[in-house]
Amino acid sequence: MTAPVHGSASFWRTYVFSQDHKVVGIQYAVTGLLFLLLGFTLMMIMRWQLAYPLRPIPIIGGWLGSANAPGGIMLPEFYNQLGAMHGTIMVFLGVVPLAVGGFGNFVMPLQIGASDMAFPKMNMASYWVYLCGGLIMVASFFVTGGAAQSGWTSYPPLAVIAPGQTLWLIGMVLLITSSLLGSINTIVTVVQLRAPGLTWMRLPFFVWAQFVTAFLLLLAFPPLEAAGALQLMDRLAGTSFFMPSGLVVTGQPLPISGGGNPLLWQHLFWFLAHPEVYVLILPAMGIVAEVIANNTRKPLWGYRALVYAVGFLGFMSMTVWAHHMYMTGMGTTMSTFFQITTMVISIPSVVILTVLMLSLWGGSIRFTTPMLFALAFLPMFGLGGLTGLPLGLAPTDIPLHDTYYVIGHFHYVVAPGTIFALFAGIYYWFPKATGRMMHEGLGRIHFWGSLICMNIVFMPMFIQGLGGMNRRLYDGGLQYAHNAPLLKWHVVIAMAAWTLGLFQLPFIANFFGSLKWGTPVDRNPWHATTLEWLAPSPPGHGNFQTIPTAYRGPYEYSVPGAATDFTPQFEPDAQ
Amino acid sequence: MLRMLGLPNPASAHANELDALMAMTHWLMAGMFVVWAAFFVAVLWRFRSGARTKADYHGTRGLASTLAVCAVIVEAFLIIAHAYPVWATRAAAPPSEAVVVRVVGEQFAWNVHYPGADGFFGRTTLGLIDPDNPLGLDRRDPVAADDITTVNQLVLPVGRPVVIRLSSKDVIHSFAIPEMRVKHDAVPGIDGPLWFTPTRIGEYEVVCSQLCGLAHYRMRAAVSIKSPADFQAFLTEEASRPR
Repeated sequence: MTAPVHGSASFWRTYVFSQDHKVVGIQYAVTGLLFLLLGFTLMMIMRWQLAYPLRPIPIIGGWLGSANAPGGIMLPEFYNQLGAMHGTIMVFLGVVPLAVGGFGNFVMPLQIGASDMAFPKMNMASYWVYLCGGLIMVASFFVTGGAAQSGWTSYPPLAVIAPGQTLWLIGMVLLITSSLLGSINTIVTVVQLRAPGLTWMRLPFFVWAQFVTAFLLLLAFPPLEAAGALQLMDRLAGTSFFMPSGLVVTGQPLPISGGGNPLLWQHLFWFLAHPEVYVLILPAMGIVAEVIANNTRKPLWGYRALVYAVGFLGFMSMTVWAHHMYMTGMGTTMSTFFQITTMVISIPSVVILTVLMLSLWGGSIRFTTPMLFALAFLPMFGLGGLTGLPLGLAPTDIPLHDTYYVIGHFHYVVAPGTIFALFAGIYYWFPKATGRMMHEGLGRIHFWGSLICMNIVFMPMFIQGLGGMNRRLYDGGLQYAHNAPLLKWHVVIAMAAWTLGLFQLPFIANFFGSLKWGTPVDRNPWHATTLEWLAPSPPGHGNFQTIPTAYRGPYEYSVPGAATDFTPQFEPDAQ
Repeated sequence: MLRMLGLPNPASAHANELDALMAMTHWLMAGMFVVWAAFFVAVLWRFRSGARTKADYHGTRGLASTLAVCAVIVEAFLIIAHAYPVWATRAAAPPSEAVVVRVVGEQFAWNVHYPGADGFFGRTTLGLIDPDNPLGLDRRDPVAADDITTVNQLVLPVGRPVVIRLSSKDVIHSFAIPEMRVKHDAVPGIDGPLWFTPTRIGEYEVVCSQLCGLAHYRMRAAVSIKSPADFQAFLTEEASRPR
């Protein structure tokens, strides 16, 4: 057990085509971070066009090519490509790989005391399939016709007749395949490889969150894989799964057989894409729970409630998809059903948020960098959740649907919500992965800058949305009279977005600088209680020097009568 | 609250009811967030490590279930008392005395089709579609003779229910008039009805609200809400236009 399985493995086997869950996890995390940066960069370019429509983009305008931005002025087709790819990259190439592939792979096996994932080869395959999918997506910018330009939702018939969609579909099929490989691995690992004594109710909440997430990936993603294959056939083989009869495009009847239904795609897409939201948020909640327990120095309050709530949340997330489709002509019965499920799903979310907040009560709160990010998650995710209310009620969705209100809502959930939690996780587990701490001061600059900028970016979107300004407009809504008083916010948002970009520099410097200059640490720098802190920092191949045993629950902090304020799971009872 | 929200000035019969629900929802959200945030900040201050070196193993006694029950009650109230009835009126069959108009979206224009004095829409066929006849209206059809078509110009009377029979020739568009609080997807292959009653004379805009291609951002149509007499005059003038 202690000897590395591939002790004399070559450089390639150890660092590139590695089957070690930690290396795969770090590969996932670094790739995911790079894609997040790319997706954010696309948005910073789009924000210029929204703030200053039809003016040449400074500095980088000339690099975009005359097919995309002649004279540095962005064309509408390029704007639509940036929009579609921003969404796709952020969700499928950035956040999910980082949250599930990165943290799930690196932390989860350590937390359950396993020496690796159940299927190491499949784990490696899952990363490489993901990377191929991602590279195909990015490569689509450089082929004739450019990248996908029909939104990240890719609604047919537009997506079937518009350029750029083929590579998007192929990339998506690969990404979902990768998720499936990963999810099966996670489920088997959690069920089979838990350390002796680590019963279900002793699992760290992060593991529960990854476990439920894996079921969502397993059950909700295949419908879009099938739908993606069908849309690919509609584009390449002349089928009409999503194409109705009688289409006339620019005056010419389309030479297709027809008889398909464009709404079928929307159902299949959202059957994936709503659970997808919970794939983004559950791992984040898991990270926040770990960081809060550690930094309040007390047990999570209501651990069982958290576990039941996260299971219920996962189940309910598959019953709400059509609340994205109220505007398609939905009758009263259907809309009522989906409004009710949408309201019901808010209940476990309220429970989780409340439990996490009440866990602060009675603590001795250390405001470390990971804790700052984890704490900010609570009100930011709260805002995202609350603004879901008028969108979930069908009548109030009428004026808000497809406006910036929606953009503000889900970005509060994902950006200062999920991404903040992911930053918390990076600062928290960086010493475990590298043996060195990240710099606190740079971390604080990164935190406060990001928090302030993100709010200046997303808060005005609610004002714009309530005023009726639509999303996905190339000129930011210049054409419409009702938008006139709302246009000034585009400038504010753009400035804040670019400043937000600057505030990521301390993080990048910190991330790489700490690899070399960070303070070296021993096994348990945070004085934490879960099993991953028993392994060396960084853990060698095989993780633990001896098989760990769990003697108690995951968050035994400040136990009355104990010598220290933390009693790790792996420490035998004194007697 | 409504003024603070800054919704476009309402101009249809159901707008006030919908806006009331919007205001109520936002009051609720604001209330919850303020109370919650105040509690959050207070807890962070009171239990900071500078003030307490030792954490309490047991923490607090439960509020979570109480909060969850409150959320259930409030949300059930919103759905049963407001969301359900408002949506039911939107999804219900429109009154029979309504003005009926066909609106057909295409990249990137809104085609408007009035049935004319006889109240029947003439037949349309794919083969007849050309730049001068974007709907493919078959003028040989007897009921088509008095039909009126316009492009990007929708004229409607004030104070009467209007039914829009909405569809699309190519991709999915979405027909929205912000002041009327209406929005409905124009899906090819589906003839979706939507209805509303304009209450204010004036000029408005149809905003395409579903990404439909390159020129989606400028796919707009002018909406004129006229007095019944002016509306009649518009129909008469259009009907006398040579075609």
